[in-house]
Amino acid sequence: MDAFIALANGLTVALQPMNLLFALVGVLLGTAVGVLPGIGPALTVALLLPITFKLDPGGSIIMFAGIYYGGMYGGSTTAILINTPGESASMATALEGNKMAKAGRGGPALATSAIGSFVAGTIATLGLAFLAPTLVELAVKFGPEDYFALMCVAFITVSATFGDSPVRGLTSLFIGLALGLVGIDKLTGQARLTFGVPELLDGVEVTTLAVGLFAVGEALYVASRRHIEEEVLEPVRGSLWMTKEDWKRSWKPWLRGTLFGFPIGALPAGGAEIPTFLSYSTEKRLTKYPKEFGHGAIEGVAGPEAANNASAAGTLVPLLALGLPTSATAAMMLAGFQQYGLNPGPLLFAERPELVWGLIASLFIANTMLLILNLPLVGLWVKLLAIPQPWLYAGILVFATMGTIAAKPSIVELAMLGAFGGLGFLMRRFDYPIAPVVVGLILGPIAEAQLRRALSISLGDPMVLLQSPISATLLGVALIALILPFVLKGMSRFKAAED
Amino acid sequence: MSQYRKNFWRGAFAAAAVAGFVTSAMAQSELKIMAPAAPGGGWDQTARSMQQALTQSGIVKSVQVTNVPGAGGSIGIAQFVNGAKGDGSQLMVMGYVMVGALLTNKSPVTLDQTTPIARLTGEYEAIVVPAGSPIKTAKDLAAAVKADPAKVTWAGGSAGGVDHIAAALFAKAVGADPTKINYIPFSGGGESLAAILGGKVTAGIAGYGEFESQIKAGKLRLIGLTTPKGTPEMPSLKEQGVDLEIANWRAVVAAPGLSADQKKTLSETVDKLAKSKEWGEILKQKGWDDAYLSGDAFAKFLVEENTRTKEVLTSVGLVKP
Repeated sequence: MDAFIALANGLTVALQPMNLLFALVGVLLGTAVGVLPGIGPALTVALLLPITFKLDPGGSIIMFAGIYYGGMYGGSTTAILINTPGESASMATALEGNKMAKAGRGGPALATSAIGSFVAGTIATLGLAFLAPTLVELAVKFGPEDYFALMCVAFITVSATFGDSPVRGLTSLFIGLALGLVGIDKLTGQARLTFGVPELLDGVEVTTLAVGLFAVGEALYVASRRHIEEEVLEPVRGSLWMTKEDWKRSWKPWLRGTLFGFPIGALPAGGAEIPTFLSYSTEKRLTKYPKEFGHGAIEGVAGPEAANNASAAGTLVPLLALGLPTSATAAMMLAGFQQYGLNPGPLLFAERPELVWGLIASLFIANTMLLILNLPLVGLWVKLLAIPQPWLYAGILVFATMGTIAAKPSIVELAMLGAFGGLGFLMRRFDYPIAPVVVGLILGPIAEAQLRRALSISLGDPMVLLQSPISATLLGVALIALILPFVLKGMSRFKAAED
Repeated sequence: MSQYRKNFWRGAFAAAAVAGFVTSAMAQSELKIMAPAAPGGGWDQTARSMQQALTQSGIVKSVQVTNVPGAGGSIGIAQFVNGAKGDGSQLMVMGYVMVGALLTNKSPVTLDQTTPIARLTGEYEAIVVPAGSPIKTAKDLAAAVKADPAKVTWAGGSAGGVDHIAAALFAKAVGADPTKINYIPFSGGGESLAAILGGKVTAGIAGYGEFESQIKAGKLRLIGLTTPKGTPEMPSLKEQGVDLEIANWRAVVAAPGLSADQKKTLSETVDKLAKSKEWGEILKQKGWDDAYLSGDAFAKFLVEENTRTKEVLTSVGLVKP
């Protein structure tokens, strides 16, 4: 019950007018930067640090939390409307969300994403408040071998989900894996596939690849088809709001997305991408409307969006309880804490409870503010789609270029954006799924580094992968996920023969 | 600049040293500081802290910080050396990590091409073990490393970085083969900390600040610091018989092709910064040690660190001889 009293105390801190104002400024800023690809919450917090120095620590940390949550909302808005994910975590949202927007259902897509984010954010923040100490104990037990096993689960579920043919899906995945090899090898410090270009030493930037493939590729494809078949975009078809049916199809994915997002986000190397893709794959399997997937299924927006926001709250678990920053934004927030001489860690809860609980409480408030702010905007955002197509896509190209240049001011980066745009065009033209490329780029290097770390720690004994109970369980799940579809196929054939 | 004017400025400096106020009249009014890293990292924080202290104390009117991220600073230094040549109003933040990164990346641009100005901060490395580890002192760890360096797993920052070099130097100092160390690089501080807390590795190595709260909470045991002299609660490795001294220092350098006057003005600006009250407060807040060293002493230090690092990196196989 201590947590309840502490949370109530926290709410009184967060509800002070000044702190409410900070939260509002934070969510507004966060939404704005989340909309721009490339400029993420991390950069914003970094730029604000010197300014906030003079402010009261509570207020500015509350503002940072607002930026963090706001960024997650903003990123999904552009993903849905113009197929330009503001950050890699909203990539899964773009898959179905943009299809919905094109079919005139942009309103419900934005609404389910905003409400789903709110539901997930709220549940996850409650989880942060009550489970943080327990969860942290578990998260620390997650070793390199367990991460590798988790990656295996992600690879198998994800590659099986995308595209109509597994061969095409796997081809895309391997392009991504190959791109993931570029850059300095994390374990030996040697450069791989950089061809003497120093800009490639850090590897391929995920946002450059995602924006190139999704936004630039799409713009090129639309331009090439313009004289063959005019695609008529209807900004609004049917209700602008979610119908009863939409609600019915959304609430379960919200909850399942939260269940993926929060625990994986709390893992020190979990991240937001894996839970969003796992959620997408799960929804695709469980849906009662499999035919709609790939053409704008609302479950495919609701689940990943919930997972995305739940993982944002999850990241705060190791940050507050251990002082472990597990994402770029969390690292910036840690720097913010340190600026005031506060060291997040096991002692922070004991030494400065008003600050920790104030932050947790203000997350609730930021979440509510975002919902109130975003729902009325849905109508306005959807009008974007009424812009004539040539203008809209020209705008998207400008937007994509600006975001890339802002994140990494270099000609090489711009050339890569163009090259990935060309690749995206060709893949669309020849009907290869795009998302697995990005999945490969994100997960490939992590899986490789974790496997090599695990083997390095075990002094080269591969049995370590089976000796850890977490890893063994996860690998078992991966194996089942791999075999089950074939078994089911065989069973149904068997059944059909019986009939 | 004519000889006459040169002499005039020299005279002005001499006068300034006595009068003390003329310097502010002719001080730098504009300064650009490049952080060759993304916003948020150590170099960026150093650059932004400098910006804050320089403008607040009025040493420089306007300070602009730019970020050029990439490859441990290799991208930034290349751009700096080419773009800022002969410009006396630009500084670049760098540090020990860059020394190693330039070597491992076989960077065509080297530190010899910059004009050394001053070292500003330093942070000592700490070696820790999980609280439940049988290893209690540096002697225990030394014995374990000596027995079989491959069986002692170290968790630390990126390959070829200061943590890696410190681990290799530890092996060397206790008489083990540094080529055999089992060093496992993690990205960022967070991930390696999780591996150490979870007892996945024998020992962890990083800047003391990263471990501080865990050590105080009793979750990690401090084995030793890489300082010359420690305290009873925080013993140094050297006092425990392991001859290892290393610090993750950060410094500023200027562009190549500066005139003696330009170099002098920049050095004086940085000197004033290092001695300002505002800078002192920032150091305290961030927990950075003051490691101010300027002029020829710093230039000499830079050359020595380069030589030592090259030796270590060659011995662990990251740099081909």
